[in-house]
Amino acid sequence: MRPSGYLELLIVAVLVVLAALFPLVGSNLHIGVGLDMMMFAALAISWALFSGPTHYISLATAAFYGLGGLIVAMGMADYELPFWLMIAVAALAGGVLAALIGLATLRLTGVYFVIFTLGLAEMIRNLVSWIQNNFLGSHGFLIFSDFRDQHYYWMLLAVVAVVYLLGWVINRSRLGFALRIIGNDETVARHVGINTAMAKVILFTTTGFFAALVGAIVAPRWSYIEANQVFSPHISFLVVIMALLGGTTRLWAPIVGVVPFLLIWNWINGNLPNQSTLFIGVAFLLIVYVLPHGVVGRLEQLRSKIREGRS
Amino acid sequence: MSPTGTPILRVRGVTKRFGGLVAVNDMSFDVGNHEMVGVIGPNGSGKTTMMNMISGVFRPSAGRITMRGRRLSGMPAQNIARVGVGRTFQLVRLLPGLTVLENVMAGAVFGHSRRWGGDAVDIAHDMLDRVGLDAMADAPVSALTYIDQKRVELARALAGEPEVLLLDEWLAGLNPTELETGIDLIHALRDEGRTVILVEHVMDAIRALCDRCVVMSSGAKIAEGTPDEVLSDREVIRAYLGDDDA
Repeated sequence: MRPSGYLELLIVAVLVVLAALFPLVGSNLHIGVGLDMMMFAALAISWALFSGPTHYISLATAAFYGLGGLIVAMGMADYELPFWLMIAVAALAGGVLAALIGLATLRLTGVYFVIFTLGLAEMIRNLVSWIQNNFLGSHGFLIFSDFRDQHYYWMLLAVVAVVYLLGWVINRSRLGFALRIIGNDETVARHVGINTAMAKVILFTTTGFFAALVGAIVAPRWSYIEANQVFSPHISFLVVIMALLGGTTRLWAPIVGVVPFLLIWNWINGNLPNQSTLFIGVAFLLIVYVLPHGVVGRLEQLRSKIREGRS
Repeated sequence: MSPTGTPILRVRGVTKRFGGLVAVNDMSFDVGNHEMVGVIGPNGSGKTTMMNMISGVFRPSAGRITMRGRRLSGMPAQNIARVGVGRTFQLVRLLPGLTVLENVMAGAVFGHSRRWGGDAVDIAHDMLDRVGLDAMADAPVSALTYIDQKRVELARALAGEPEVLLLDEWLAGLNPTELETGIDLIHALRDEGRTVILVEHVMDAIRALCDRCVVMSSGAKIAEGTPDEVLSDREVIRAYLGDDDA
């Protein structure tokens, strides 16, 4: 609808190409950091597709990410199925799981939704662990792969690009408008004729699909994968904090949270490894007290204030 | 008294129970095409609950509501909106994160008419113009006064091009000058031949606007007729003022 929308896509396309060239010049250490950034960018942007406009904070990312990882590991280790087939299966499974969770949580709002998604992710983790220990006779899977860090980096970059494009399309569609209305007032949304349940399930399914896809892509990198690790709730919280730190008012806003957070995160893990939880807490306080709409939301506020001041 | 013209909306034996409380008890009335019907009654008589059942907030415990022969009772609110029932809320409900224009577009995009793109923008501007607020189209809703917020809500309901419009105390809380403007605005809707059900406490407005009134007390219908007829009805006066004054 707006011409600036196409300009935005062009800028993003150029940035994607530049990002794709990075592994050719960066050192292995830098590629490793870049890989983490791509992974969290993909997770945070796809998380924000649903949670940004609707304000439904989902802590179920680990469930999809873990499911994706585990499906790839199982397929490759136990059945020697190809990686490419398994990531497709994993992403679809993530989508199906998200649709089921979405249907089950339709009537939950606010804090009940948050706790339900967290509880569900933990339940799946324990269930999978229990099945593995009692019926599959092992704790985890060994996976071998020829991929190197730059390959993961490129695959994750492709996911980021696809998620971004999809988000761009959704934001310009009826569905995107419907989600903004739902986030503002669900009662009004229903009374203007929006099928709120359908809109929420579609977006939550999309989020689950991509989180599982990301988990699936990075699965071989673990070498040895077990449920407790790959379903760790840590990842759900990290995604939420990074996305909220950047903001959710723009599609690219979560990246503004991902990059600085991971740089500090890596430094803390290297130098003060016992303080990482403290850092998460401080970041969370910062968001709640200083940046309720994220860094990008704060900058936009400042910009509109300056404009008002001029006129 | 039956409605003038063919009934478009029929309410038959509708009851709503909340646990042991009967909020609406065996209500029946018709609304004719192009008719403006007032639903009046003392506080707590079940008027808003009745509106909420028509628009799909609640499902009736018994009875049925039909529009042009199509059963509305039991449908979810979004389907009722698409069939062609638009409403405003007793306490104004705007979408604070959206601009004034986007608030009105919400009605046009998902409601009865389901327009999109330039078409939706056009009708949203038309409706804002209709309620006298097009100059504020790009403003945030937080910049609006109370009556202007009510105008936006009305424009949003109109933008869906509903066949039946429900106004739940749209005039409540306005000062005397605003009230005059408000009555004129709704009068203009009446002159356009719109079908409207309005819940109202302002007697001047009821006399000026309504073709017919349905009076509720303690959840049940106690009178029906022209505003003058019902407002002089002994039962109605007793319901409003108590036994001593009747």
